[in-house]
Amino acid sequence: MNKHVDIDARLNFSEKIYLPEIMKGMWYTFRQMFQPVFTMRYPEERWTPPAIFRGRPVLVAKEDGTERCVACGLCSRVCPPLAIYVQAGETERAQERYPVTFEIDMLRCIFCGYCEEVCPEEAIVMSKEYDLVFETRESAVFTKEKLMTPVSGLEDRLTFLRKYKNPDEVSKTSLN
Amino acid sequence: MKLELLGHLILTVAIFGSLFLFVAYAVYFERKVAAKMQNRVGPDRVGWYGLLQPFADILKLLLKEEIIATQATKFVHTLAPAISVIMAFITFAMIPIAEGFYIADINIGMLYMMAVTSIGVYGVTLAGWSSNSKYSLLGSMRASAQMISYELSMGLAVVGVILITQSISVVSIVESQTENILYWNIIRQPLGFLIFWIASFAEANRLPFDLPESEQELVGGFHTEYSSMRFALFFFAEYTHLIVASSILTTVYLGGYQIPFQSFLFPGLDGWWLVSAQILTFILKMCLFVFLFMWVRWTLPRFKYNHLMELGWKYLLPLGLLNVVLTAGWLLIYDGF
Repeated sequence: MNKHVDIDARLNFSEKIYLPEIMKGMWYTFRQMFQPVFTMRYPEERWTPPAIFRGRPVLVAKEDGTERCVACGLCSRVCPPLAIYVQAGETERAQERYPVTFEIDMLRCIFCGYCEEVCPEEAIVMSKEYDLVFETRESAVFTKEKLMTPVSGLEDRLTFLRKYKNPDEVSKTSLN
Repeated sequence: MKLELLGHLILTVAIFGSLFLFVAYAVYFERKVAAKMQNRVGPDRVGWYGLLQPFADILKLLLKEEIIATQATKFVHTLAPAISVIMAFITFAMIPIAEGFYIADINIGMLYMMAVTSIGVYGVTLAGWSSNSKYSLLGSMRASAQMISYELSMGLAVVGVILITQSISVVSIVESQTENILYWNIIRQPLGFLIFWIASFAEANRLPFDLPESEQELVGGFHTEYSSMRFALFFFAEYTHLIVASSILTTVYLGGYQIPFQSFLFPGLDGWWLVSAQILTFILKMCLFVFLFMWVRWTLPRFKYNHLMELGWKYLLPLGLLNVVLTAGWLLIYDGF
Protein backbone atom coordinates (compact mmCIF):
# COMPACT_ATOMS: atom_id res chain seq x y z
CA MET A 1 0.00 0.00 0.00
CA ASN A 2 1.29 3.39 -0.91
CA LYS A 3 1.20 5.82 1.93
CA HIS A 4 0.27 9.27 0.74
CA VAL A 5 3.00 11.78 1.49
CA ASP A 6 2.42 15.38 0.62
CA ILE A 7 5.82 16.21 -0.81
CA ASP A 8 4.71 19.60 -2.08
CA ALA A 9 4.13 20.80 1.47
CA ARG A 10 7.84 20.50 2.19
CA LEU A 11 8.96 22.56 -0.81
CA ASN A 12 9.04 26.30 -1.24
CA PHE A 13 7.79 28.08 -4.33
CA SER A 14 11.02 28.12 -6.33
CA GLU A 15 11.45 24.40 -5.71
CA LYS A 16 7.90 23.70 -6.80
CA ILE A 17 8.27 25.29 -10.21
CA TYR A 18 11.30 23.07 -10.90
CA LEU A 19 13.17 25.42 -13.17
CA PRO A 20 15.47 27.21 -10.66
CA GLU A 21 16.40 23.85 -9.17
CA ILE A 22 17.11 22.44 -12.62
CA MET A 23 19.35 25.43 -13.31
CA LYS A 24 21.27 24.68 -10.10
CA GLY A 25 21.79 21.10 -11.16
CA MET A 26 22.86 22.16 -14.63
CA TRP A 27 25.33 24.66 -13.23
CA TYR A 28 26.82 21.84 -11.16
CA THR A 29 27.26 19.51 -14.14
CA PHE A 30 28.67 22.37 -16.19
CA ARG A 31 31.32 23.04 -13.54
CA GLN A 32 32.24 19.36 -13.60
CA MET A 33 33.26 19.69 -17.24
CA PHE A 34 36.31 21.69 -16.19
CA GLN A 35 37.43 19.35 -13.43
CA PRO A 36 40.43 17.07 -14.00
CA VAL A 37 39.58 13.62 -15.33
CA PHE A 38 39.80 10.52 -13.15
CA THR A 39 40.39 8.07 -15.94
CA MET A 40 43.51 5.90 -15.96
CA ARG A 41 44.39 5.14 -19.58
CA TYR A 42 44.75 1.45 -18.94
CA PRO A 43 47.03 -0.26 -21.42
CA GLU A 44 49.53 2.60 -21.27
CA GLU A 45 49.12 3.44 -17.61
CA ARG A 46 48.90 0.55 -15.19
CA TRP A 47 47.66 0.47 -11.67
CA THR A 48 50.02 -0.99 -9.06
CA PRO A 49 47.84 -2.65 -6.48
CA PRO A 50 48.62 -2.51 -2.75
CA ALA A 51 49.88 -5.61 -0.89
CA ILE A 52 46.35 -6.60 0.15
CA PHE A 53 45.37 -7.16 -3.50
CA ARG A 54 44.80 -10.75 -4.63
CA GLY A 55 46.03 -11.16 -8.18
CA ARG A 56 46.99 -14.37 -9.96
CA PRO A 57 48.42 -17.01 -7.59
CA VAL A 58 52.15 -17.79 -8.10
CA LEU A 59 54.67 -20.23 -6.69
CA VAL A 60 57.52 -18.69 -4.73
CA ALA A 61 60.98 -19.53 -6.06
CA LYS A 62 63.88 -19.40 -3.61
CA GLU A 63 67.03 -17.46 -4.40
CA ASP A 64 68.63 -20.55 -5.91
CA GLY A 65 65.68 -20.98 -8.26
CA THR A 66 64.10 -24.04 -6.60
CA GLU A 67 60.60 -24.04 -5.28
CA ARG A 68 59.59 -23.62 -1.66
CA CYS A 69 56.64 -25.92 -2.23
CA VAL A 70 56.81 -29.34 -0.52
CA ALA A 71 53.82 -30.70 -2.44
CA CYS A 72 51.72 -31.31 0.66
CA GLY A 73 48.61 -30.81 -1.44
CA LEU A 74 46.80 -28.60 1.09
CA CYS A 75 46.20 -25.89 -1.50
CA SER A 76 44.71 -28.33 -3.94
CA ARG A 77 42.57 -29.72 -1.14
CA VAL A 78 41.26 -26.35 0.02
CA CYS A 79 40.72 -24.88 -3.43
CA PRO A 80 36.94 -24.27 -3.76
CA PRO A 81 36.75 -24.56 -7.56
CA LEU A 82 39.33 -27.43 -7.70
CA ALA A 83 41.69 -25.41 -9.85
CA ILE A 84 44.99 -26.73 -8.47
CA TYR A 85 46.59 -30.03 -9.42
CA VAL A 86 49.77 -31.16 -7.60
CA GLN A 87 51.86 -34.27 -8.19
CA ALA A 88 54.50 -34.84 -5.49
CA GLY A 89 58.01 -36.24 -6.02
CA GLU A 90 61.15 -36.86 -3.95
CA THR A 91 64.31 -34.80 -4.08
CA GLU A 92 67.83 -34.83 -2.59
CA ARG A 93 67.36 -31.28 -1.26
CA ALA A 94 66.81 -30.56 2.47
CA GLN A 95 63.07 -30.26 2.03
CA GLU A 96 62.90 -33.84 0.63
CA ARG A 97 59.68 -33.36 -1.35
CA TYR A 98 58.86 -31.16 -4.32
CA PRO A 99 56.05 -30.87 -6.83
CA VAL A 100 56.74 -32.75 -10.06
CA THR A 101 53.81 -31.05 -11.68
CA PHE A 102 51.94 -28.08 -10.31
CA GLU A 103 49.11 -26.73 -12.42
CA ILE A 104 46.53 -24.03 -11.79
CA ASP A 105 43.61 -23.80 -14.19
CA MET A 106 43.14 -20.05 -14.41
CA LEU A 107 39.69 -20.48 -15.94
CA ARG A 108 38.63 -22.10 -12.68
CA CYS A 109 40.57 -19.95 -10.24
CA ILE A 110 38.35 -17.54 -8.34
CA PHE A 111 41.17 -15.58 -6.67
CA CYS A 112 39.87 -16.42 -3.19
CA GLY A 113 43.38 -16.74 -1.73
CA TYR A 114 42.60 -19.88 0.32
CA CYS A 115 45.68 -21.59 -1.14
CA GLU A 116 48.08 -19.03 0.23
CA GLU A 117 46.21 -18.90 3.52
CA VAL A 118 46.52 -22.63 4.04
CA CYS A 119 50.09 -23.02 2.76
CA PRO A 120 52.46 -24.01 5.60
CA GLU A 121 55.59 -23.07 3.62
CA GLU A 122 54.56 -19.65 2.25
CA ALA A 123 55.12 -21.27 -1.09
CA ILE A 124 52.04 -20.10 -2.97
CA VAL A 125 50.99 -16.45 -2.77
CA MET A 126 48.72 -14.12 -4.65
CA SER A 127 50.72 -11.79 -6.88
CA LYS A 128 49.79 -8.32 -8.12
CA GLU A 129 49.13 -9.44 -11.67
CA TYR A 130 45.55 -8.79 -12.71
CA ASP A 131 45.45 -8.63 -16.50
CA LEU A 132 45.26 -12.23 -17.64
CA VAL A 133 44.53 -13.10 -21.24
CA PHE A 134 44.33 -16.57 -22.78
CA GLU A 135 43.33 -17.53 -26.26
CA THR A 136 42.81 -21.27 -25.74
CA ARG A 137 41.68 -23.43 -22.86
CA GLU A 138 45.04 -25.18 -22.86
CA SER A 139 46.97 -21.95 -22.44
CA ALA A 140 44.78 -21.06 -19.45
CA VAL A 141 46.29 -23.94 -17.46
CA PHE A 142 49.40 -22.45 -15.92
CA THR A 143 52.23 -24.93 -15.40
CA LYS A 144 55.01 -24.83 -12.80
CA GLU A 145 57.36 -22.96 -15.14
CA LYS A 146 54.80 -20.21 -15.59
CA LEU A 147 53.94 -20.04 -11.90
CA MET A 148 57.47 -19.84 -10.50
CA THR A 149 58.25 -16.27 -9.48
CA PRO A 150 61.41 -15.11 -7.70
CA VAL A 151 60.84 -14.31 -4.03
CA SER A 152 62.33 -10.82 -4.43
CA GLY A 153 59.23 -9.60 -6.26
CA LEU A 154 56.84 -10.95 -3.64
CA GLU A 155 58.27 -9.59 -0.36
CA ASP A 156 55.41 -7.10 -0.20
CA ARG A 157 52.76 -9.76 -0.11
CA LEU A 158 54.74 -12.09 2.17
CA THR A 159 55.15 -9.35 4.78
CA PHE A 160 51.47 -8.60 4.52
CA LEU A 161 50.59 -12.27 4.97
CA ARG A 162 52.75 -12.60 8.08
CA LYS A 163 51.03 -9.60 9.59
CA TYR A 164 47.66 -10.94 8.56
CA LYS A 165 48.23 -14.44 9.92
CA ASN A 166 49.86 -13.35 13.20
CA PRO A 167 48.62 -9.89 14.01
CA ASP A 168 50.27 -10.01 17.48
CA GLU A 169 53.80 -11.19 16.80
CA VAL A 170 55.14 -10.27 13.43
CA SER A 171 57.92 -12.70 12.66
CA LYS A 172 60.95 -10.91 11.34
CA THR A 173 62.82 -14.02 10.26
CA SER A 174 62.76 -14.94 6.64
CA LEU A 175 61.92 -18.54 5.88
CA ASN A 176 64.38 -18.83 3.05
CA MET B 1 13.58 22.74 -66.08
CA LYS B 2 15.78 19.65 -66.15
CA LEU B 3 18.74 21.59 -64.79
CA GLU B 4 16.61 22.98 -61.99
CA LEU B 5 15.55 19.46 -61.05
CA LEU B 6 19.16 18.31 -61.04
CA GLY B 7 20.17 21.21 -58.81
CA HIS B 8 17.37 20.35 -56.46
CA LEU B 9 18.42 16.72 -56.38
CA ILE B 10 22.01 17.65 -55.56
CA LEU B 11 20.82 19.94 -52.78
CA THR B 12 18.62 17.21 -51.33
CA VAL B 13 21.42 14.66 -51.37
CA ALA B 14 23.83 17.19 -49.86
CA ILE B 15 21.46 18.16 -47.06
CA PHE B 16 20.47 14.60 -46.17
CA GLY B 17 24.07 13.43 -46.51
CA SER B 18 25.35 16.04 -44.11
CA LEU B 19 22.43 15.30 -41.80
CA PHE B 20 23.58 11.68 -41.77
CA LEU B 21 27.09 12.77 -40.83
CA PHE B 22 25.81 15.11 -38.14
CA VAL B 23 23.72 12.35 -36.62
CA ALA B 24 26.72 10.00 -36.53
CA TYR B 25 28.79 12.65 -34.81
CA ALA B 26 25.98 13.59 -32.44
CA VAL B 27 26.49 10.15 -30.87
CA TYR B 28 30.19 10.84 -30.50
CA PHE B 29 29.49 14.31 -29.14
CA GLU B 30 27.01 12.92 -26.66
CA ARG B 31 29.53 10.42 -25.35
CA LYS B 32 32.19 13.11 -25.04
CA VAL B 33 29.85 15.49 -23.22
CA ALA B 34 28.72 12.71 -20.89
CA ALA B 35 32.32 11.78 -20.19
CA LYS B 36 33.31 15.36 -19.51
CA MET B 37 30.42 15.85 -17.11
CA GLN B 38 31.35 12.69 -15.25
CA ASN B 39 35.08 13.53 -15.14
CA ARG B 40 35.92 10.82 -17.65
CA VAL B 41 37.73 10.89 -21.00
CA GLY B 42 35.18 9.35 -23.36
CA PRO B 43 35.97 7.61 -26.63
CA ASP B 44 39.52 8.46 -27.69
CA ARG B 45 40.94 5.27 -29.19
CA VAL B 46 39.64 5.06 -32.76
CA GLY B 47 41.25 7.77 -34.83
CA TRP B 48 42.40 11.19 -33.74
CA TYR B 49 40.68 11.96 -30.40
CA GLY B 50 38.33 9.06 -31.16
CA LEU B 51 36.86 10.86 -34.16
CA LEU B 52 36.32 7.65 -36.12
CA GLN B 53 34.36 6.08 -33.27
CA PRO B 54 30.93 6.53 -34.97
CA PHE B 55 32.09 4.50 -37.98
CA ALA B 56 33.53 1.82 -35.74
CA ASP B 57 30.17 1.63 -33.95
CA ILE B 58 28.21 1.41 -37.20
CA LEU B 59 30.51 -1.30 -38.52
CA LYS B 60 30.18 -3.26 -35.31
CA LEU B 61 26.39 -3.08 -35.41
CA LEU B 62 26.32 -4.06 -39.09
CA LEU B 63 28.43 -7.14 -38.47
CA LYS B 64 26.44 -8.36 -35.48
CA GLU B 65 24.03 -11.25 -35.70
CA GLU B 66 20.45 -10.34 -36.47
CA ILE B 67 18.04 -11.90 -34.02
CA ILE B 68 14.27 -11.80 -34.52
CA ALA B 69 12.19 -13.22 -31.70
CA THR B 70 10.20 -16.30 -32.81
CA GLN B 71 6.94 -14.86 -31.51
CA ALA B 72 7.47 -11.54 -33.27
CA THR B 73 5.33 -10.35 -36.18
CA LYS B 74 8.11 -10.37 -38.72
CA PHE B 75 6.81 -7.92 -41.31
CA VAL B 76 5.94 -5.20 -38.83
CA HIS B 77 9.08 -5.95 -36.85
CA THR B 78 11.13 -5.17 -39.94
CA LEU B 79 9.01 -2.19 -40.95
CA ALA B 80 9.10 -0.35 -37.62
CA PRO B 81 12.74 0.83 -37.59
CA ALA B 82 12.38 2.02 -41.19
CA ILE B 83 9.35 4.14 -40.28
CA SER B 84 11.25 5.64 -37.37
CA VAL B 85 14.25 6.64 -39.44
CA ILE B 86 12.38 7.88 -42.50
CA MET B 87 9.96 10.00 -40.49
CA ALA B 88 12.80 11.48 -38.50
CA PHE B 89 14.68 12.33 -41.69
CA ILE B 90 11.93 13.83 -43.82
CA THR B 91 11.05 16.36 -41.15
CA PHE B 92 14.30 18.04 -42.00
CA ALA B 93 13.10 18.74 -45.54
CA MET B 94 11.19 21.80 -44.35
CA ILE B 95 14.11 23.47 -42.65
CA PRO B 96 15.87 26.32 -44.46
CA ILE B 97 19.57 26.19 -43.68
CA ALA B 98 20.42 29.37 -45.56
CA GLU B 99 18.56 31.99 -47.57
CA GLY B 100 16.93 30.00 -50.36
CA PHE B 101 18.52 26.74 -49.26
CA TYR B 102 15.82 24.28 -48.35
CA ILE B 103 14.53 21.06 -49.84
CA ALA B 104 10.94 22.22 -49.96
CA ASP B 105 8.87 25.19 -48.92
CA ILE B 106 5.23 24.19 -48.68
CA ASN B 107 2.66 26.66 -47.44
CA ILE B 108 1.74 24.42 -44.51
CA GLY B 109 5.33 23.63 -43.51
CA MET B 110 4.80 23.91 -39.76
CA LEU B 111 1.78 21.58 -39.89
CA TYR B 112 3.76 19.15 -41.99
CA MET B 113 6.52 19.10 -39.42
CA MET B 114 4.15 18.45 -36.53
CA ALA B 115 2.35 15.76 -38.50
CA VAL B 116 5.48 13.92 -39.57
CA THR B 117 6.98 13.90 -36.10
CA SER B 118 3.71 12.37 -34.89
CA ILE B 119 3.91 9.65 -37.52
CA GLY B 120 7.37 8.89 -36.17
CA VAL B 121 5.76 7.52 -33.05
CA TYR B 122 4.23 4.75 -35.16
CA GLY B 123 7.70 3.33 -35.59
CA VAL B 124 8.10 3.08 -31.86
CA THR B 125 4.58 1.78 -31.25
CA LEU B 126 4.75 -0.86 -33.97
CA ALA B 127 8.18 -1.96 -32.77
CA GLY B 128 6.90 -2.49 -29.26
CA TRP B 129 3.77 -4.24 -30.39
CA SER B 130 5.36 -6.52 -32.98
CA SER B 131 8.12 -7.65 -30.61
CA ASN B 132 5.53 -9.56 -28.58
CA SER B 133 7.31 -8.76 -25.35
CA LYS B 134 5.71 -7.08 -22.38
CA TYR B 135 8.60 -4.69 -21.82
CA SER B 136 8.51 -3.53 -25.41
CA LEU B 137 4.75 -3.16 -25.33
CA LEU B 138 4.89 -1.09 -22.14
CA GLY B 139 7.58 1.09 -23.70
CA SER B 140 5.61 1.71 -26.85
CA MET B 141 2.42 2.44 -24.95
CA ARG B 142 4.28 4.99 -22.91
CA ALA B 143 5.70 6.45 -26.11
CA SER B 144 2.30 6.95 -27.71
CA ALA B 145 0.72 8.39 -24.56
CA GLN B 146 3.64 10.74 -24.11
CA MET B 147 3.59 11.88 -27.73
CA ILE B 148 -0.12 12.69 -27.62
CA SER B 149 0.23 14.68 -24.41
CA TYR B 150 3.20 16.71 -25.52
CA GLU B 151 2.21 17.19 -29.16
CA LEU B 152 -0.70 19.32 -27.91
CA SER B 153 1.43 21.72 -25.90
CA MET B 154 3.93 21.83 -28.73
CA GLY B 155 1.20 22.73 -31.20
CA LEU B 156 -0.16 25.43 -28.92
CA ALA B 157 3.29 26.93 -28.52
CA VAL B 158 3.65 27.04 -32.28
CA VAL B 159 0.27 28.75 -32.62
CA GLY B 160 1.79 31.78 -30.89
CA VAL B 161 4.52 31.98 -33.49
CA ILE B 162 2.06 31.47 -36.33
CA LEU B 163 -0.10 34.32 -35.00
CA ILE B 164 2.85 36.68 -35.10
CA THR B 165 4.06 35.53 -38.52
CA GLN B 166 0.59 35.27 -40.07
CA SER B 167 1.85 32.24 -42.00
CA ILE B 168 2.39 28.50 -41.47
CA SER B 169 5.22 28.28 -43.96
CA VAL B 170 8.54 27.60 -42.25
CA VAL B 171 10.40 29.87 -44.64
CA SER B 172 8.08 32.79 -43.80
CA ILE B 173 8.58 32.10 -40.10
CA VAL B 174 12.34 32.40 -40.53
CA GLU B 175 12.07 35.46 -42.74
CA SER B 176 9.87 37.21 -40.20
CA GLN B 177 12.75 37.01 -37.74
CA THR B 178 15.55 38.24 -39.98
CA GLU B 179 15.30 41.96 -39.27
CA ASN B 180 17.40 41.96 -36.11
CA ILE B 181 17.96 39.97 -32.94
CA LEU B 182 14.91 41.49 -31.22
CA TYR B 183 12.68 39.90 -33.83
CA TRP B 184 13.76 36.41 -32.88
CA ASN B 185 10.80 34.51 -31.57
CA ILE B 186 12.69 33.56 -28.40
CA ILE B 187 12.43 37.27 -27.47
CA ARG B 188 8.89 37.73 -28.73
CA GLN B 189 7.62 34.39 -27.44
CA PRO B 190 9.65 33.42 -24.33
CA LEU B 191 6.86 31.37 -22.76
CA GLY B 192 6.10 29.66 -26.04
CA PHE B 193 9.78 28.84 -26.44
CA LEU B 194 9.95 27.26 -23.00
CA ILE B 195 6.88 25.14 -23.67
CA PHE B 196 8.10 24.10 -27.09
CA TRP B 197 11.52 23.27 -25.73
CA ILE B 198 10.21 21.11 -22.88
CA ALA B 199 7.81 19.38 -25.25
CA SER B 200 10.59 18.66 -27.72
CA PHE B 201 12.43 16.75 -25.00
CA ALA B 202 9.41 14.48 -24.86
CA GLU B 203 9.13 14.36 -28.66
CA ALA B 204 12.76 13.36 -29.07
CA ASN B 205 12.49 10.78 -26.26
CA ARG B 206 15.32 12.41 -24.40
CA LEU B 207 15.92 12.31 -20.71
CA PRO B 208 14.20 13.48 -18.45
CA PHE B 209 11.31 12.15 -20.58
CA ASP B 210 12.82 8.96 -21.99
CA LEU B 211 10.15 6.72 -20.48
CA PRO B 212 9.63 4.68 -23.67
CA GLU B 213 13.18 3.43 -23.29
CA SER B 214 13.90 3.52 -19.58
CA GLU B 215 16.78 1.08 -19.46
CA GLN B 216 16.33 0.40 -15.77
CA GLU B 217 12.69 -0.62 -15.55
CA LEU B 218 11.86 -1.65 -19.11
CA VAL B 219 15.18 -3.19 -20.17
CA GLY B 220 15.43 -0.80 -23.12
CA GLY B 221 11.70 -0.42 -23.74
CA PHE B 222 10.46 -0.67 -27.31
CA HIS B 223 13.79 -1.81 -28.76
CA THR B 224 14.43 -4.61 -26.25
CA GLU B 225 13.90 -7.28 -28.89
CA TYR B 226 15.97 -5.57 -31.58
CA SER B 227 19.53 -6.35 -32.46
CA SER B 228 22.15 -5.58 -35.07
CA MET B 229 21.29 -3.07 -37.80
CA ARG B 230 17.64 -2.74 -36.83
CA PHE B 231 18.67 -1.63 -33.39
CA ALA B 232 21.15 0.72 -35.00
CA LEU B 233 18.31 2.24 -37.02
CA PHE B 234 16.38 3.04 -33.85
CA PHE B 235 19.49 4.49 -32.35
CA PHE B 236 19.97 6.50 -35.48
CA ALA B 237 16.36 7.70 -35.46
CA GLU B 238 16.76 8.83 -31.87
CA TYR B 239 19.72 11.01 -32.68
CA THR B 240 18.10 12.26 -35.87
CA HIS B 241 15.17 13.35 -33.72
CA LEU B 242 17.64 15.18 -31.52
CA ILE B 243 19.17 17.02 -34.46
CA VAL B 244 15.80 17.72 -36.05
CA ALA B 245 14.35 19.00 -32.78
CA SER B 246 17.34 21.31 -32.39
CA SER B 247 16.94 22.50 -35.97
CA ILE B 248 13.24 23.19 -35.49
CA LEU B 249 13.97 25.12 -32.31
CA THR B 250 16.61 27.11 -34.15
CA THR B 251 14.34 27.79 -37.09
CA VAL B 252 11.23 28.71 -35.17
CA TYR B 253 12.69 30.51 -32.17
CA LEU B 254 16.29 31.49 -32.84
CA GLY B 255 15.99 33.16 -36.21
CA GLY B 256 17.13 30.17 -38.26
CA TYR B 257 20.10 31.01 -40.41
CA GLN B 258 20.10 34.70 -39.51
CA ILE B 259 23.52 35.98 -38.46
CA PRO B 260 23.17 38.11 -35.31
CA PHE B 261 24.21 41.76 -35.83
CA GLN B 262 25.04 40.99 -39.46
CA SER B 263 24.67 44.56 -40.80
CA PHE B 264 26.88 45.74 -37.94
CA LEU B 265 29.58 43.04 -38.04
CA PHE B 266 29.77 41.97 -41.71
CA PRO B 267 28.07 44.68 -43.77
CA GLY B 268 29.55 43.74 -47.15
CA LEU B 269 28.79 40.04 -47.05
CA ASP B 270 26.99 38.66 -50.11
CA GLY B 271 26.88 35.89 -52.68
CA TRP B 272 28.31 32.52 -51.71
CA TRP B 273 30.13 33.97 -48.70
CA LEU B 274 26.81 35.02 -47.23
CA VAL B 275 25.33 31.57 -47.87
CA SER B 276 28.30 29.83 -46.23
CA ALA B 277 28.17 32.19 -43.25
CA GLN B 278 24.45 31.54 -42.91
CA ILE B 279 24.91 27.78 -43.04
CA LEU B 280 27.64 28.04 -40.41
CA THR B 281 25.42 30.19 -38.21
CA PHE B 282 22.62 27.69 -38.54
CA ILE B 283 24.92 24.82 -37.61
CA LEU B 284 26.28 26.70 -34.60
CA LYS B 285 22.80 27.53 -33.33
CA MET B 286 21.72 23.93 -33.86
CA CYS B 287 24.80 22.63 -32.03
CA LEU B 288 24.00 24.93 -29.13
CA PHE B 289 20.61 23.25 -28.78
CA VAL B 290 22.12 19.81 -29.23
CA PHE B 291 24.51 20.60 -26.41
CA LEU B 292 21.64 21.87 -24.25
CA PHE B 293 19.73 18.63 -24.86
CA MET B 294 22.76 16.62 -23.82
CA TRP B 295 23.50 18.84 -20.88
CA VAL B 296 19.99 18.33 -19.54
CA ARG B 297 20.22 14.61 -20.17
CA TRP B 298 23.34 14.20 -18.06
CA THR B 299 21.95 16.39 -15.28
CA LEU B 300 18.39 15.30 -14.66
CA PRO B 301 16.99 11.93 -13.65
CA ARG B 302 13.94 10.44 -15.39
CA PHE B 303 10.48 11.66 -14.46
CA LYS B 304 7.95 9.30 -12.97
CA TYR B 305 5.17 8.46 -15.41
CA ASN B 306 2.44 10.22 -13.44
CA HIS B 307 4.63 13.30 -13.09
CA LEU B 308 5.23 13.30 -16.83
CA MET B 309 1.51 13.27 -17.52
CA GLU B 310 0.87 15.84 -14.81
CA LEU B 311 3.44 18.21 -16.27
CA GLY B 312 2.08 17.75 -19.77
CA TRP B 313 -1.62 18.14 -19.08
CA LYS B 314 -1.82 20.23 -15.93
CA TYR B 315 0.97 22.72 -16.52
CA LEU B 316 2.20 22.88 -20.11
CA LEU B 317 -1.21 22.73 -21.77
CA PRO B 318 -2.77 25.59 -19.71
CA LEU B 319 0.43 27.59 -20.14
CA GLY B 320 0.25 27.00 -23.87
CA LEU B 321 -3.34 28.25 -23.94
CA LEU B 322 -2.35 31.26 -21.89
CA ASN B 323 0.44 31.96 -24.35
CA VAL B 324 -1.99 31.86 -27.27
CA VAL B 325 -4.42 34.19 -25.50
CA LEU B 326 -1.65 36.63 -24.53
CA THR B 327 -0.21 36.69 -28.02
CA ALA B 328 -3.60 37.15 -29.61
CA GLY B 329 -4.50 39.92 -27.16
CA TRP B 330 -1.20 41.67 -27.71
CA LEU B 331 -1.60 41.51 -31.47
CA LEU B 332 -5.14 42.84 -31.16
CA ILE B 333 -3.98 45.86 -29.15
CA TYR B 334 -0.79 46.40 -31.14
CA ASP B 335 -2.37 46.20 -34.56
CA GLY B 336 -5.50 48.02 -33.41
CA PHE B 337 -7.96 45.51 -34.96
